[in-house]
Amino acid sequence: MAQILDMPRLSDTMKEGVLRKWHKKEGDALAPGDVIAEVETDKATMDFESFDEGVLLKRLIGDGDAVPVGAPVAIIGAAGEDIEGILEQAKGRAGGVGSSGGAKAAATKPAATKPAAVPATPPKPEAAPTAPPQAASAAPAPPPARVTRTPVAASAPAPVAGSGKTLASPLARRLAADLGIDLRGLRGSGPGGRIVERDVKAASGGGDAPAEGAAPAEESESPDESAPRARSSAASASPPPPAALVPDRRSEPRPSSAAPPQTDDVRKPLSLMRKTIARRMLEAKTTIPHFYLEAEVDMDAAMAFRDQVSEVHGAKLSVNDLCIKAAALALRRVPAANASLEDDAIVQHARVDVGMAVAIDDGLLTPVIRGADGKTLGQIAAEAHDFAARARDRKLRPEDMTGSTFTVSNLGMFGITAFSAIINPPEAAILAVGNVRKVPIVKDRAITIGQRMFLTLSCDHRVVDGAIGAKLLSAIVAILERPMTLAF
Amino acid sequence: MAKVSFREALNQAMAEEMERDDRVFLMGEEVGHYQGAYKVSQGLLARFGEKRVVDTPIVEGGFVGVGIGAAMVGLRPIIELMTWNFSLVAADQIINNAAKIRQMSGGQFTLPVVFRGPGGSAHQLASQHSQSTEAFWTHVPGLKVVMPSTPKDAKGLLKSAVRDENPIVFIEGEVLYGDQGEIPDGEYTIPLGVGDVKRVGRDVTIIGWSKMAKVALEAAARLEADGIDAEVVDPRTLRPLDEELIVGSVRKTGRCVILEEGWPYNGVGAEVAYRVARACFDDLDAPVERVTGADLPMPYNAGLEHRCIPTPDTAIEAVRRVLYLE
Repeated sequence: MAQILDMPRLSDTMKEGVLRKWHKKEGDALAPGDVIAEVETDKATMDFESFDEGVLLKRLIGDGDAVPVGAPVAIIGAAGEDIEGILEQAKGRAGGVGSSGGAKAAATKPAATKPAAVPATPPKPEAAPTAPPQAASAAPAPPPARVTRTPVAASAPAPVAGSGKTLASPLARRLAADLGIDLRGLRGSGPGGRIVERDVKAASGGGDAPAEGAAPAEESESPDESAPRARSSAASASPPPPAALVPDRRSEPRPSSAAPPQTDDVRKPLSLMRKTIARRMLEAKTTIPHFYLEAEVDMDAAMAFRDQVSEVHGAKLSVNDLCIKAAALALRRVPAANASLEDDAIVQHARVDVGMAVAIDDGLLTPVIRGADGKTLGQIAAEAHDFAARARDRKLRPEDMTGSTFTVSNLGMFGITAFSAIINPPEAAILAVGNVRKVPIVKDRAITIGQRMFLTLSCDHRVVDGAIGAKLLSAIVAILERPMTLAF
Repeated sequence: MAKVSFREALNQAMAEEMERDDRVFLMGEEVGHYQGAYKVSQGLLARFGEKRVVDTPIVEGGFVGVGIGAAMVGLRPIIELMTWNFSLVAADQIINNAAKIRQMSGGQFTLPVVFRGPGGSAHQLASQHSQSTEAFWTHVPGLKVVMPSTPKDAKGLLKSAVRDENPIVFIEGEVLYGDQGEIPDGEYTIPLGVGDVKRVGRDVTIIGWSKMAKVALEAAARLEADGIDAEVVDPRTLRPLDEELIVGSVRKTGRCVILEEGWPYNGVGAEVAYRVARACFDDLDAPVERVTGADLPMPYNAGLEHRCIPTPDTAIEAVRRVLYLE
């Protein structure tokens, strides 16, 4: 009996997968565990394995195709089986995949419903349909120009379809061209974010503009002009209202229309990983109330400890390994910070699973050291080393990267003294580690050279208050300054 | 100005034209002694005699054909169909003879014949007697199709139809016969192919003919309470269509809703929507909306029938959609 193979959900944040490479041809026999294809998820390139025995009857997508989770990818069955009917079915589903895949994703993860309108790529520069001829502004008696800066009622970015096209009604396009308004700066109030006439009128300050809409400068002098409109028309002279400013295209050259671009910008479509980073970091930075705590650690003892361990055990310990272990032990002592906000509850995690941020070519991955508080420094160092290598080869599995309760991010090796990290949801805090610096210090009433390191803890104030955060950071500092406790 | 009913207006038009031109005569089922199934020909038999007001047997294919033949040899017949539902048995005569003979004869024959009668749904006449046939006839080159919505238009357009040298399909909304309306005193005609703005507005154009013009006006009146200023355009003649009037209105409002009592598939509204989309592409702020009869044979059940016909409610919903108010 033939069956459709769907794009599998290979990680819990995966929304679509790119079929990197088929390993089986149509007609090839399949045994359970056989690798059918390689699939690039938002995090890694994974093997797509067969669960069944049979024959690959039909590939439904090609190398490099991206499809949503749950979309048909292949048909398998018995050799020579008639797949006419099931092929139709698969095609039908593929046609409606945008909705059905989305609905499926939504069922398992509520957040998945939102990004429908999120642009897959930034809007392309328009072919300047909105640009009035340059001569118009240079003419001796230009028509009474509208405003030079036009506050827009809403500051959300112009919605675009997956193609990067700005959605606007034909009338809105014509009107915008007449008024010299760039549609890409507008927020559409029509279905699917379509920019319609009223949005353009609101942006121009005319017609049925909402209260925030700016009036043309000339009009603001007419006596019947309402006060708020007159005020916002003065936006260029006073601090602008909390609204995006769209420059009037009549008063400045439009690079897209006239002069060819002077440098060749490189346009790189977002990889799945970059999309995921973008989505998750935007979500974190815009929805989590971050606050930051900073402390300096005396690293003299820790560095000596590290050298001793290396000497005796031959093991290579990094500062990051020490920080992971120190953070894990501290989290065990301050469990309130080892927590997540879930709807209307704070969940305190039983395990201390520490994610470590690993930079790779095109992004960032965070493999997780499980139960780091219970592991020896040697185990942590070995795991971290293995993770870093596999991250660079993009061979991490999704389960290597999910479920961390805290993250350590270290930019010390890049010479960074201190920085503030964005929390990795759903965690409640993240530790940013700077470099170990040799600095002059005062010791025993004399100036001498010491080793110091800055730690910055970013906390989600919904979960962790200042005192809890301070307790956690102090505990980490205390452990690092007494490195014997790391062996505990 | 005198106030008359829709049926009286039609009656006046026929009487005046028969008075004016003795080649004009009326023929159909029950038009004479019974004074017309809908009393449109009331008094005409007494006034013009049996030679010019002719009762026929129940045989549409026959008397429609006789009418076509009469027109070919120089008379100007008005052929009454008891309803347009019954025209289907005469479709061969109308489509293959009336619509084509002028062209096939190289212009040797003209066909000054008017086929007229009630069309559209009335009240619980069920699937076979509730049909809107305008989409059938407007499909055929060689026919003109007229569908007035007011007594004034009915009279002026019927007089023009009688004077036209081409076969005319003149469909009278069955539920309009009792409508009262003012008509100009004295002689007047309304040219075929010229529409009429029934209500001036600036926010949205609602297009409707025959009964649907009334629905459009009712919707517009209710929309006014919400501050929406709808323009109602009645094309009055569906073929040839007054595209200029429609396009001008939609260019002004940027939004278009088309009401049609007939079925949606290949309906007249589909053609109107195409022309609007083509001519007004850069003026449209929303896709053209159509409100049509339900895509099924008319149910007899009164509640279901009501659900199958465009109403002011469904028209208002469509208007709100094109204004993005939903």
